[in-house]
Amino acid sequence: MWYRGGIGQWSWALHRITGVGVLVFLCLHILDTSLIALGPEHYNTIIKLYRLPVFRIMEVGLFASVLFHALNGVRIILIDFWEDLTRFQRQLFYLELGGFLLIMIPVAYVMLRPLVGR
Amino acid sequence: MRSLSYSTPKPSGGLELWSWVFMRISGLVLLGLALGHMAIMHLINNVDVIDYQFVAGRYARWFWRGYDLSMLVLAMLHGLNGARILIDDYIHVPMWHRLAIGLLYLVGGAFLILGIGVIVFFQPVSATSHP
Repeated sequence: MWYRGGIGQWSWALHRITGVGVLVFLCLHILDTSLIALGPEHYNTIIKLYRLPVFRIMEVGLFASVLFHALNGVRIILIDFWEDLTRFQRQLFYLELGGFLLIMIPVAYVMLRPLVGR
Repeated sequence: MRSLSYSTPKPSGGLELWSWVFMRISGLVLLGLALGHMAIMHLINNVDVIDYQFVAGRYARWFWRGYDLSMLVLAMLHGLNGARILIDDYIHVPMWHRLAIGLLYLVGGAFLILGIGVIVFFQPVSATSHP
């Protein structure tokens, strides 16, 4: 299944891809957190993995996925309830992208700073 | 002009209308809960300070258990319903469709129950039991 074209198609595909990605991570996150039931040794051993550089980079990807999915979801809701906004869809999408970058750049900086020795 | 909106038209009734309403309400609540959770865990704190003691300290307060529980339940239901919509869209052979939906609910339900159990029943052991 594919949809229309241009920006709308990409945001639609990204909404689905980030949604599936976040759902898969949620299941992984339930597994790692459930180790607290087994005691400190098990939990701390596994949770330390998240400090590895490769996981820190993936955590930025997770943050970006949740943020994009959230902002894009708000855009969908706005258009659902105020049909007049349909005339400004392109502007609304660029506003969403602007907000995404405005938040994501400092977030990535804070999250990746430990990698370069702060 | 090409439309940029891709949201499905609002369903006229039945379960699909409830699904449509639920995705929007849970989505808005999750926007606060999930982004708040990530800000607390990755910006205010970070993975270098998160360990067993950190979680035990948080879960000493029922507020944080309630926060995580609400987020877990809403996120899993929102995610499973989203995945159901994808399966409806992409898998058309009735047998495979039924199998995929069944597997989705089985696996998703198991993860949801595990997560709820851990949040509700977690009892921290004393800090002296590990080096």
